Amino acid sequence: MEKQFEEKLEGEVRIEPRDWMPEAYRRTLVRQISQHAHSEIVGMLPEGAWITRAPTLKRKAILLAKVQDEAGHGLYLYAAAETLGVSRATLVADLLAGKAKYSSIFNYPTLSWADIGAIGWLVDGAAIMNQVMLCRTSYGPYARAMVRICKEESFHQRQGFESLLVLSRGSAEQRTMCQDAINRWWWPSLMMFGPRDSESTHSDQSMKWKIKRMSNDELRQRFVDMIAEQVKVLGMSLPDPDLRWNEERGHYDFGEIDWDEFWKVVKGDGPCNRERLETRREAHTEGAWVREAALAHARKKAARPADAA
Amino acid sequence: MIPRHLPPMEARHEYLLHLADNALVLGHRNSEWCGHGPELEQDIALTNLSLDLLGQARLLYQHAANGIGEGATEDTLAFLRDASDYRNLILLELPRGDWGLTILRQYLFSEFSLLQYQALQGSTDTQLAAIAAKAIPEVTYHRRWARDWVVRLGDGTEESHTRMESALATLQPHLGELFSPADFERTVTERGIGIDPSTLRSEWTLRVRQTLDEADLAVDLSSLATPSNHTGMDGKLGRHTEDLVRLLAEMQTLQRTYPGNEW
Repeated sequence: MEKQFEEKLEGEVRIEPRDWMPEAYRRTLVRQISQHAHSEIVGMLPEGAWITRAPTLKRKAILLAKVQDEAGHGLYLYAAAETLGVSRATLVADLLAGKAKYSSIFNYPTLSWADIGAIGWLVDGAAIMNQVMLCRTSYGPYARAMVRICKEESFHQRQGFESLLVLSRGSAEQRTMCQDAINRWWWPSLMMFGPRDSESTHSDQSMKWKIKRMSNDELRQRFVDMIAEQVKVLGMSLPDPDLRWNEERGHYDFGEIDWDEFWKVVKGDGPCNRERLETRREAHTEGAWVREAALAHARKKAARPADAA
Repeated sequence: MIPRHLPPMEARHEYLLHLADNALVLGHRNSEWCGHGPELEQDIALTNLSLDLLGQARLLYQHAANGIGEGATEDTLAFLRDASDYRNLILLELPRGDWGLTILRQYLFSEFSLLQYQALQGSTDTQLAAIAAKAIPEVTYHRRWARDWVVRLGDGTEESHTRMESALATLQPHLGELFSPADFERTVTERGIGIDPSTLRSEWTLRVRQTLDEADLAVDLSSLATPSNHTGMDGKLGRHTEDLVRLLAEMQTLQRTYPGNEW
């Protein structure tokens, strides 16, 4: 069976839920897909905080639809994880118990309206780099979920950029707001690609299993190359004095990430880690009576044959 | 100088603003749930409703802005009017409360709104008639979704039943306002533009009573307080709760802090 599995990977045939797979492959996927799902759900919070304060009705509609898309992505991803034999309830319980991780980027605060644009442009931009690669991941349900998600994400990224473009051409205050948001979101966005290849514990095996197709550092470089060009259109700058085009490499060189900060946030000491989890727990606890009532009603209905008529 | 469009204004414009404010304020309250719903599916569903209501509000504001002129836009109307200029029902500005209150309010308003839009399809204002026609399938869905939840929660557990009773007690005093016509409503009714909401009351009562019976919730719908004999508050006249003042302070913050900017 293991041989069949290897042959499929070799021949670029997708692994499907009913196929035999090594236990460690299954575990890795559950961890990665559920982390991804949790990230979508927790990621609703920093942006959601600006729905009631969006500056125009059009921006409000765009933001509402965007945050709703994220909830939808969470749903597809939990469904993909469930094909591996783990329930959504268990995964959510792990998140709320602080046992599961989600993307650290959502542990940073949204302090101004420009942050909404910066998240769209930088955070969704970084996510897309990863997700485009994951459209070709070896596990079928995950790859298919990614294809849908990528389409929506690239739309979000364009909207984010366009929103910053308006600010960048606006009043002095708006330009300041725009630059400040870029300054605060740039480094955390680079951190989204994870540790350096030399220090990434899961990477090697994931590449062999074709769950990952490109390394953290490769993806990060692609992202830097893309954003370093786009920021020129905004007439803004990236907060990195070492950023410059390297003719020889054909890539942008860039400065060193603050890895102490990276690990601090991963381990739970970022600016909003506690708050984000607390908010999710609160929603879950306050919603308990609703979920119980829905179940009780469904049971009563099933027990009352007259209702079926 | 940005026009603030203070009253007095034409009854036709005041009516459109009343309809738009209703949709915007309820959409705002519902949107506060985004990311905080009891379950992912319900979070998505309620956000859908918020988006529909926001869409209706925008069409109505745009239509009003065209009529008002003087540089009015959907955004000047939404963001640069004070609470006393807002014409929405008090019912819709009350804080979102728990999920039960949010659902029940949505249901009670959707039943009303559906009847209102159905009648407005025949408006002599053809743009308003078109907006109503577009809104009907949306509101039909809102009504069905909220109705299912009212029944589910009324019937579900002891706790959910108690919570629904308490939500009903909170909302009941504000139901009379739905059917009590303001002067601008009388005027637009005479001109065939709008409808007198008191004519919707018996059909609304019939439908709501049926739903509440199914949900095992008891309420007196026969003697509803009118705005003036209740608290002196009257949303259609711009006499609102502190809740709306806070809602607008939050909603309007960027437009008020940085006036005249593009976003």
